Amino acid sequence: MRDLSIYIHVPFCVRKCLYCDFLSFPVSGEDGQGIRNYVNLLKQEIKSSAADYRNHRAVSVFWGGGTPSLLSGEAAWDVMETVRAHFHMVEDAEITMEMNPGTVDEGKLRMYREAGVNRISIGLQSADDEELRRIGRIHDYAAFLKTYESARRAGLSNINIDLMAALPGQSVASYRKSLACVAALVPEHISAYSLILEEGTPLYERQGQYLFPTEEEDRLMYALTKEYLASCGYRRYEISNYAKEGRECRHNKVYWQRGDYAGFGLGASSMVGNVRWSNPAGMAGYEVYVEGLARLGTDGPAAGPDRHVLTVEEQMEEYMFLGLRMMRGVGRQEFARQFGRRMEEVYGGVLDKLCRQGLLVAGEDYVRLTDRGIDVSNCVLAEFLL
Amino acid sequence: MAAIDQSKIRNFCIVAHIDHGKSTLADRIIEKTGLLTSREMQAQVLDNMELERERGITIKAQTVRIVYNAKDGNEYILNLIDTPGHVDFNYEVSRSLAACDGAILVVDAAQGIEAQTLANVYLALDHDLDVFPVINKIDLPSAEPERVKNEIEDVIGIEAQDAPLISAKNGIGIEEVLEAVVEKIPAPGGSPDNPLQALIFDSVYDSYKGVIVFCRIMEGRVKKGTAIKMMATGATAEVVEVGYFGAGQFIPCDELSAGMVGYLTASIKNVKDTAVGDTVTDVARPCAEPLPGYKKVNSMVYCGMYPADGAKYPDLRDALEKLKLNDASLNYEPETSIALGFGFRCGFLGLLHLEIIQERLEREYNLDLVTTAPGVIYRVHKTDGEMIELTNPSNLPDPSQIAYMEEPVVSAEIMVTTEFIGPIMQLCQERRGRYISTEYIEATRALLKYDLPLNEIIYDFFDALKSRSRGYASFDYELKGYEESRLVKLDILINHDEVDALSFIVHADSAYERGRKMCEKLKEEIPRHLFEIPIQAAVGGKIIARETVKAMRKDVLAKCYGGDITRKKKLLEKQKEGKKRMRQVGNVEIPQSAFMSVLKLDDN
Repeated sequence: MRDLSIYIHVPFCVRKCLYCDFLSFPVSGEDGQGIRNYVNLLKQEIKSSAADYRNHRAVSVFWGGGTPSLLSGEAAWDVMETVRAHFHMVEDAEITMEMNPGTVDEGKLRMYREAGVNRISIGLQSADDEELRRIGRIHDYAAFLKTYESARRAGLSNINIDLMAALPGQSVASYRKSLACVAALVPEHISAYSLILEEGTPLYERQGQYLFPTEEEDRLMYALTKEYLASCGYRRYEISNYAKEGRECRHNKVYWQRGDYAGFGLGASSMVGNVRWSNPAGMAGYEVYVEGLARLGTDGPAAGPDRHVLTVEEQMEEYMFLGLRMMRGVGRQEFARQFGRRMEEVYGGVLDKLCRQGLLVAGEDYVRLTDRGIDVSNCVLAEFLL
Repeated sequence: MAAIDQSKIRNFCIVAHIDHGKSTLADRIIEKTGLLTSREMQAQVLDNMELERERGITIKAQTVRIVYNAKDGNEYILNLIDTPGHVDFNYEVSRSLAACDGAILVVDAAQGIEAQTLANVYLALDHDLDVFPVINKIDLPSAEPERVKNEIEDVIGIEAQDAPLISAKNGIGIEEVLEAVVEKIPAPGGSPDNPLQALIFDSVYDSYKGVIVFCRIMEGRVKKGTAIKMMATGATAEVVEVGYFGAGQFIPCDELSAGMVGYLTASIKNVKDTAVGDTVTDVARPCAEPLPGYKKVNSMVYCGMYPADGAKYPDLRDALEKLKLNDASLNYEPETSIALGFGFRCGFLGLLHLEIIQERLEREYNLDLVTTAPGVIYRVHKTDGEMIELTNPSNLPDPSQIAYMEEPVVSAEIMVTTEFIGPIMQLCQERRGRYISTEYIEATRALLKYDLPLNEIIYDFFDALKSRSRGYASFDYELKGYEESRLVKLDILINHDEVDALSFIVHADSAYERGRKMCEKLKEEIPRHLFEIPIQAAVGGKIIARETVKAMRKDVLAKCYGGDITRKKKLLEKQKEGKKRMRQVGNVEIPQSAFMSVLKLDDN
């Protein structure tokens, strides 16, 4: 049986953050009907798709958003039951749910646990209330602390905290403070992202109004993250991800190692057996898609819009540019095993050049980015496109 | 076909300043004489190249034969020879004029006489043509026909009181113009019984017929089977077909005789053999002397042309070959640049000619080109007495071997309203002009004469002139000769490597300023790399200006999960695609646009 990771998308938020370009939209607290409809669609999609995964076993589930914690405990349980009823789930599957501070209390968290959730990811972003306000977060630091403590009390023993660097008005000193606050809580996992100004977001439109850290400061913050968290017992295992021993996110590693994943929900992406597709990104289209699935199964006309079969070249490209995001790097033996060609045969010139430039280190089996290589990783990764 | 009465032939052309309505008048004449209905007629029949219509200029001479029933009850054959309207093509203009017996001078009723009006009308008078004026655009609110009539009489000294007042655009007064052609332009001279003597005023290449030679028969006759000889090039051939010009088509006939304008084909493979200005004669019964005025046209402006995609080099070569078939004044030879790879050093009559060829290569042959800065031909006198003509700055000998250098200088005439004399004189001064004289045409207009180095006017002089005179100045020039000048080669070093394609020759006094601007411009154009890139301008190994492109510090995607992969990959692809379009010099990638942007350094 092949391993499968399941992603479930919840596109609802209390309010959209100013930097966010994810597929999500605000929903009012009373809009229970909209959420209920969506949960039904999710369940239908999972049920109708399951036949395609008879030879898979689910090793992880990841609830992403949006803000999945806008779902009631019952709704989460309902969906998880559907997954369990239609998929082979391994005993110790990692089941993660993303949440925002202030959207849950201890009771709800306990219900999520009962639904099977054993890992949560809390979006804090900064411990500085002024910084939070500038990027349009719905919470302050105190609200986060409350959520975090509730989660611990609810018995959740595997927690990630999201942080952001290079925020408007942020200084290296204030970032260091956020890092220290978070590390002091001793979560099992920390993700620290450098803000990307995405076109079309409000923050992008009004970037002129803010003072952003310079590139130099941004890189200082990045170096500081690695150094400081290392001193607290966290190891960087991917460009933006840090974990205590044995606490790396199994689900996310599947993306970088090109395992099979099935995405359910609005706009969710899947890749199974080197076929990639994504669900419709509009609610009406998604509804039609799910109805089609229910009627005709996954072979029906609506199945897999934008379905793309990856060529061997594309597979090799992705093997490199996704694998190199991880600090372990990409394995030569694994490459040869998957593609029947040696990595040097395909990328010899590029590897030599990048090593000479000090952007890559080539070890016995693994090839990985240097710290400088991470800083300019787009230039490096682009070289692996064939 | 009945023999044509030589006294009923009129060979004429239209001369005008650009935009005064020459081509529109030609169209109206053709329409009036029923050759084409207005519906059939695409605007400006004679300008049949797409580019010509777009730019509103005539590039190649065009000719059409019209049958006109005059008020005197006779039928006349009118041969209208439309001449190119730009200083780059002066020689072609002069040959077209030599094929005519008279000229219509079109003057804009609002603008009056302009620099090219004068240049062209003097050219026509030099060829002993009978010139009569028509005043065009009389329906414009700003038209002042009386003032313009007086101006023509005062400035040019030709009778203008009974000049037809017309609007070519709206078809007003066209009949009058045709009557004037019949009345005022003399019938051609010459005798059909004399030995053949025909002037080549243009030629085009046709893939079926070979070269089609446009000629005016001065003496004698020519028909199918006549063995002919081109007196200057020495080429001989047997005539396959003779004929005359319909609107946009060739109409065969039995014979061309003295006084007629038409074409001949003789399975000639190359336009080089049928040089404009050459004389065609009969091998069996040659004329005593060729017609006067033949000269070989030389390129004045050179630049390097490279395919943006190196693999397209053969395509560029084929395209140039094809254009050359029709354009003997285009020269090219292969050259290699370290920065740009394989390409051609191309010679042109002037900057307009260059632009036209460039556009045709890009449009008609679908080529993406990188063009280096256009330059003129410098004469380098070496210490050992040898003189070389330098068309590529990279070939400049070592300074120690150079005794002195010379550059081409033109005599320029600039017509300007008096309020702009100051700014225009300042511009000429900046461009190293030598003041010759100011002549007042009337109280508010003057003709400035300057000697200007050609290399100062080939880039953007015309634009600068227009902007500093709010569009009112007009300009004409002719090559005067070569003069000694303090010239240096300005080199650009990117990351300490000299980029040959960016080198150019400049006057020593402007080297610093130009070098500084080049560096600034290149700094904008060159993207950040993983390392710092110094951009330097140097003269004779001495650095005179420097800018730095800072090293890239950060280019990283913080997030990449399952749903991001396709999008992020597109981003990387875009990055890689952008790189592909760049030129690698040493370890620096330079965008194609950098090579072009440095051509536009004038801030005005």
